[in-house]
Parts: sequence; structure tokens; C-alpha cells
Amino acid sequence: MSHHIYLDNNATTPLDPRVLEAMMPYLQDRFGNAASRSHSYGWDAEKAVEEARQHIAELLNCSPKEIVFTSGATEGDNIAVKGAVEMLAKKGRHVITAVTEHKAILDTCKYLEATGRADVTYLDVDKTGRVSVEQVAAAIREDTILITLMAANNEVGTLHPIREIGALAHERGIWFHSDATQAIGKTPFDVQELNVDIACLSGHKLYGPKGVGALYVRRRAPRVRLTPVIHGGGHERGMRSGTLNVPGIVGLGEACRLAHLEQQKDAAHCRELRDRFEQRILAALDHVELNGHPTERLPNTSNLSFAYVEGESLIMGIPAVAVSSGSACTSASLEPSYVLRALGVGDDLAHSSIRFSTGRFTTEAEVDEAADAVIQTVSRLREMSPLYELAQEGVDLSTIQWDAPEPH
Amino acid sequence: MAYSDKVIDHYENPRNVGSLSKSDRTVGTGIVGAPECGDVMKLQIKVGDDGVIEDAKFKTFGCGSAIASSSLATEWVKGKTVDEALEIKNTDIVEELSLPPVKIHCSVLAEDAIRAALNDYRGKNADAAPVEQAAEKPGE
Repeated sequence: MSHHIYLDNNATTPLDPRVLEAMMPYLQDRFGNAASRSHSYGWDAEKAVEEARQHIAELLNCSPKEIVFTSGATEGDNIAVKGAVEMLAKKGRHVITAVTEHKAILDTCKYLEATGRADVTYLDVDKTGRVSVEQVAAAIREDTILITLMAANNEVGTLHPIREIGALAHERGIWFHSDATQAIGKTPFDVQELNVDIACLSGHKLYGPKGVGALYVRRRAPRVRLTPVIHGGGHERGMRSGTLNVPGIVGLGEACRLAHLEQQKDAAHCRELRDRFEQRILAALDHVELNGHPTERLPNTSNLSFAYVEGESLIMGIPAVAVSSGSACTSASLEPSYVLRALGVGDDLAHSSIRFSTGRFTTEAEVDEAADAVIQTVSRLREMSPLYELAQEGVDLSTIQWDAPEPH
Repeated sequence: MAYSDKVIDHYENPRNVGSLSKSDRTVGTGIVGAPECGDVMKLQIKVGDDGVIEDAKFKTFGCGSAIASSSLATEWVKGKTVDEALEIKNTDIVEELSLPPVKIHCSVLAEDAIRAALNDYRGKNADAAPVEQAAEKPGE
């Protein structure tokens, strides 16, 4: 692996060594099935699972009985949205979400629409990526049963006004689901304070293992019941059958325990390095745009558009740094990010966008080296960019009639 | 995505980056692609009195494969006559750079850029027959 500076913590985080240590016994001699009632292997596994549940409950400020283990946030989103729509089918069929949600929400909503089970309103976002409480209020219908909005966006880090939207949902008797995958561990996420009824999280976004996650399902005021997506055995209060992934759950529990203890410290660390990185780049380069909200944003995320430079070529020029491109230029369609498009970022700038995300283990020396590599590469690529040349000549690029060489 | 060694070489050491005077009669300029598509190539040729392309320059906004395709194109057109340069096909570029299927459009764009530059040159020099019908190119 040539990459040695990891600035893609929104894609996945490294496993914290303390998490691995907690998991190891459950990958070795403590291999019991948590559902086995007749021997100590099972009791031991069950105890470990319940401890993990307790840690997650403390992080979210809920009862451990309100935690359902899943394989990750994609499954959590599926259970939340499909489960709520099916459970409340007699009450209504309208769901409110936003265009910048993760595909786990959007594809699920489209599936429910295509199969005739729900009507879905996809709220637009403002140019910072936010929806307002007023927008949500205006979208509510008589038959609205669910509002689902992510706490923080994965690409640009924008935070929605979750607390206010949750209060509105409660006032109107509508269940409120929040995909908190990116927010948990990076910002405080207290389900009581935020008025959230359902929330999902994923282990590998907070220094835990992949393939495990949790769903918070409120038991009182309102009492939320979700029709299961996976049947077979009635585990997890019937909401998610299947033998529990004990080592994964132990890892998730330890990751949440650490997140509860260290969230403030992690956030301060990530923010300091992210800001340092941004300042270094903005001091050296012009024509750099920040995508997302300047302040209502995850502390670790920096999505930048480097005008006149194509993102994939920039990534190629910083081989020591692991980041994500704002456009999926690896497909023949050259489709820019739908999230950036929703923010009103032009397709040209979307092709010039890179997401940098710091983490618990990022160091100052790393962000300095990464920023310097970006500055050097952007400068070099601009020297060979015909767009930069035209802009320097004073040509307004938007007035040019460009070729459309092939359909795409 | 893994790039071929040749793509990486052209990306790291691009040949003939730069610009020639657009107003020079002996210079042909082609600009193809669009920023919204993530690829814009500018390719210029300078033709000597003997009809041979004596210099070529490029500037490209695009991925590593697009940069490599246009860099290679400038290398290949140099020393060729206008007619010979027209023989360069995108498939030759694909082969030389080992471009994967999703990057074939980069080679197509490079071929378009060569043709656009040759057309522009021929258009400026009325004594020569036009290469083929060409759309008006931006930035001129």
C-alpha cells in the first residue's frame, strides 16, 4: 500500500487497537452463541452482548432495551424505513426525506414507491446542504407517517437541525428516523435531546469493526415497533432475526464506550487538524470553494472544490494521501456527486471536488504534508489546465459554448 | 483504479505542455470536451513551410488518462504532415497507454483534439483543402 496518510475517515475508520483487544477473546475461545441457554459458552456470549448494548445505550442516552443489533447502517436504514412503512400502513403512506440522503435511504424509498407502498417527498437542500424545519413542516400531509433525515451528511458533513425537526415530528405524531452513521462519535448524539425515535449507526465509522451496527428504536412516547426485514428466530425483540455477531457486537460496544468517553476530545482534535489543513490550503491557493456549511458541519470533514483541476487527476498527484473524489469518474458516465449537485455545485466544480476527513489517529504532521502535496499538485495541474489559462486571460468560462463530444 | 506505467509516466512527466499563439497562421488550435463532463483538451500544432508539424503543445483538464492521451498525441503528431497526423486513431492511443474500457473516451477526445487542431490550421490556410466539417471550437 502506497498510501500512508489516511484522510478518508468518513469512508471508514481504522479499528482502534483497544477495540481489537476487546474483540479478540470472542474470536478465540469465547465463541459461544448468545442464544444458547444451556451452557456457559452461551451465557458468557450473552453477557458480553448485553454489556455492549449498555455501552451503546449510554452513548445515545437511551435504554439498552431500545438497541437492536444489525449488520450496519445500510441494514439499519432498511429496517427503519421499510419497517415503519409496513407497520404503519393502515395509518398512512407518506414519507419525508431529503435529496442528499445516503443511498441506503434513497434506494429504499424508491423501492417502496415502485412497489406502491409509499409516497415519498424528497426535500431539496439549500446551498449549504441543509433542510429547514419550515420545509419539513410544509411537506407534512395528513397521511405522513415517517420523517427520515440524516444527522450529518457523509460527503460534505452538513448537519441538519435534527432537534427542531424531531420536536416538530413529535408534535405532529410522526415517527422520526435519523441516519446518524456519520454523526455518532463526531458530535454528541443524545436521542432524548434530539427527539429522535429511530436512529442507526455503524461500527466501522467510529473505530469499530465492519459488518456490525445498531438501531435505536424508541419504546415510549412514542412506542415504535418496526416490521422486520429479516425473519427467523425472533432475535432482537423480533426486529432482527439471526445469530448475533458476538465479536462484532463486542467491538461495537467497546467503540461506543470509547466514543462516549472521548467524543469531545476526538472532535476537538479532528476540528483542529481539519481547520489547520483548510487554512494552509486557502492561504496558498485561490479559486478553492468549500462545499457544505461553514459552521454547521462535522468537525472532521472538509469538502473542497479546486477550480480548473479535475479531481481524479488531483488524487493521482497525491499518492501518499488517501481521500475520496467528489465525482465518480471511474464510471463511463462521469456522473458527478448527486450530493454536490443538490447543493447547486456546478458539474464542472463537482468534478474538481475532494473530500478530506480527519480522524482520531490523524496527526498534525500528516495534515501538513497532505496540504502541501495538494497545493503543489493543484498548482502543477493548473499550469497544464486550459480552463485555468482561459480564466487567467479573463474569459468567463460560463459564456463558452462547449462541445458535447459524446452522450453521457 | 490502477494506471498503466505509461499513463503514470505521461502524467508525471507530461510532454509538450504549453501554448502556441492562436493568432499565428501556422498554428492550428483545437479545444474539445466540456468542463461539466470532466474533460477539456486543448491541442495546438505549428506547421512548417514544408507542411510538416514542427511543434505541438497541449493543456488538459481531465483525469490522468486524459492528460496522458493528449500528451501522447502531441508526441505523435510532431514530425508528421497534416495528412499523416489525421491517420492517428484513438485505438492506437488506447493500445499504447493500455487504457481500460472506462477510459476509452479519453483517447476519443485526444483524436478529436488532433482533428480540431488540423481543421483550424487548414481553415486558416485557405489554399489547403479543409480536412472535414468541423464544429466551431470554443476559446478562439
